[in-house]
Amino acid sequence: MSSLAIETKGLGRIYKIRGSKKEKKELKQLTALSDVNIQIKEGELFGLLGPNGAGKTTLIKILTTLLAPSKGEAFVAGYNVLNEPQKVRPCINMVSGGESSGYGLLTVRENLWMFSQFYGMPSREANKRIADLLKLVGLGDRINTKSSDLSTGLRQKMNIVRGFMTDPEVLFLDEPTLGLDVGASRDVRHLIRGWLDDDRKRTLLLTTHYMVEAEELCDRVAIINQGRVLACDSPSALKRHLQEDILFEIKTSPLNGLSSQALEALPEVHAASLTELEDGALLKLALVEESALGPVINVLTDKNITIMNLNKHEPTLEDVFVKLVGHSIAEVEKGGQNE
Amino acid sequence: MNNEESQQQIDSIYSPLPKVTGWRLFLKTVIARAYPRLIGQQREKSWMFFDIFLPMLAVSAYVFVYRAIQAPEDYVGFTVMGGAMTAFWLNVLWSMSSQLYWEKEQGNLALYIIAPNQMMAILLGMAMGGMLATALRAVVIIFLGTILFNVTFAVSSFLQLILVFMLSMTALYGMGMMMASLFLLLSREAWHLSNLAQEPIYLVSGFYFPISSFPLWIAAGASIIPLTLGLDAMRQLIFESGPSLGFASVKLEIIVLSVLCVVFLVGAKVLLDYMEKLAIREGRLTENRR
Repeated sequence: MSSLAIETKGLGRIYKIRGSKKEKKELKQLTALSDVNIQIKEGELFGLLGPNGAGKTTLIKILTTLLAPSKGEAFVAGYNVLNEPQKVRPCINMVSGGESSGYGLLTVRENLWMFSQFYGMPSREANKRIADLLKLVGLGDRINTKSSDLSTGLRQKMNIVRGFMTDPEVLFLDEPTLGLDVGASRDVRHLIRGWLDDDRKRTLLLTTHYMVEAEELCDRVAIINQGRVLACDSPSALKRHLQEDILFEIKTSPLNGLSSQALEALPEVHAASLTELEDGALLKLALVEESALGPVINVLTDKNITIMNLNKHEPTLEDVFVKLVGHSIAEVEKGGQNE
Repeated sequence: MNNEESQQQIDSIYSPLPKVTGWRLFLKTVIARAYPRLIGQQREKSWMFFDIFLPMLAVSAYVFVYRAIQAPEDYVGFTVMGGAMTAFWLNVLWSMSSQLYWEKEQGNLALYIIAPNQMMAILLGMAMGGMLATALRAVVIIFLGTILFNVTFAVSSFLQLILVFMLSMTALYGMGMMMASLFLLLSREAWHLSNLAQEPIYLVSGFYFPISSFPLWIAAGASIIPLTLGLDAMRQLIFESGPSLGFASVKLEIIVLSVLCVVFLVGAKVLLDYMEKLAIREGRLTENRR
């Protein structure tokens, strides 16, 4: 069993917020995290998925030694983040989406060089790595551009290079593709996956509220809402738990008198519904096992019904989130929670 | 680029890299953080107007007043020196004390904290960069003032002059580092406090006149600002009438400046450690007033 890169035990964080003048400036308590227990193995790409205000950024701040927990403990690279921050820091780096770090008067290379020095990297090697990484994310031709002249997306690419440049044991990416276009996001996802695959001792914790990103990249995902982890597993396992039946949609030629009862009588067919369409019919099946599809197709063939289109309906992480929370991420965010 | 190509590139990028620690990391951090200050001066030329032309206007006003009332000619030199030192005070106020507030707003502070360097190295880098960049401005003001107002110097001891200048700068920027630590928890108040401190210090530190003109208790109180004693000692060492208008002996002022150096530098370290812990506990390293 590989060792743990990140571990939290009963982690909680309560913010004290001063009320308005009307409220006589009384201190209110806001629970940002509550009883978070996660274990992330070395080499894992772990995703935190949740709406704004769920507590993702608070968790990252605690793990990166920027914020003390109110309850519980957290360990990164084997060190306690509260008691041993000086041992944690050489092992980590962090990039946040939409950050405007660095200095506008410095060029992209100069900004990155400056941060490399804070990690003790030799200048010559740092400059080479900076140039290579910038090329890799498509920013090679802007190496000598002042960072104040970069667009938001290009600036975010520079930030992402800053995170990968120091080759940390554990990298925290907080909404890294925020503000990036489709192509740039793809480049970043290639970099993330490639960096992890290059050395299985590297670990990456990614927060996102893009479901597709989490599904495509993450080995495991924790779904978090209102400071609590609601579920934690691989994307496929999370979806599997959600869906007991396997769903198929089959578009066919006219049904020639076929009834749904005839299909439901077949073994391991849980439910079947038939809808007549202008140019044929739509058959929806809920199967206990995927192997039940064979007998269904045999029945259709016997009735001279042509299959025009067959789709297996895969639940998404969005479906998992809705099932767990009762609302979609967008609906929760509309509810006006604040991170 | 396909996945395979990018994977090959990544493989070639990450060859093992030795990273330095300890005092070497400290030094690298100081140099790296000083760099933006030095390079910024080259790229942002507006400082020539704000940091040279405007102080020169104030210097000129005092010079004309002194000439109108037929004050001793050395007062003109005092004013030029004060004008030059003003640049350092402004630098400490605006680019040291309130700097961590701006770094927090920009998102740099969090990155400084999570890096394996020491925050003292970051502060020292800011101080070194600011001091070197400002020294150029101060030299330009002295040069222009000397040419325009025909200032004559009579340096009695170069060695002591250099020592006083170095001690003044160390103590002044040490004070800046201490104030930066204090300001770590502040939000926009940092900006207001800097504004508040600017003008009164011009007055009580005797930037444009000898502080011996003040009652003893005001001059003694103002001596907590290292530039007060530094400027007084430098004037005594540079101008013929300096010693007769000095607040205390140069030797005593050197001793007090040395004490201030230690107090401010040690104070900065202690305060920074304390404030960092407090800010982490209260969640104010990355946001204001939660």
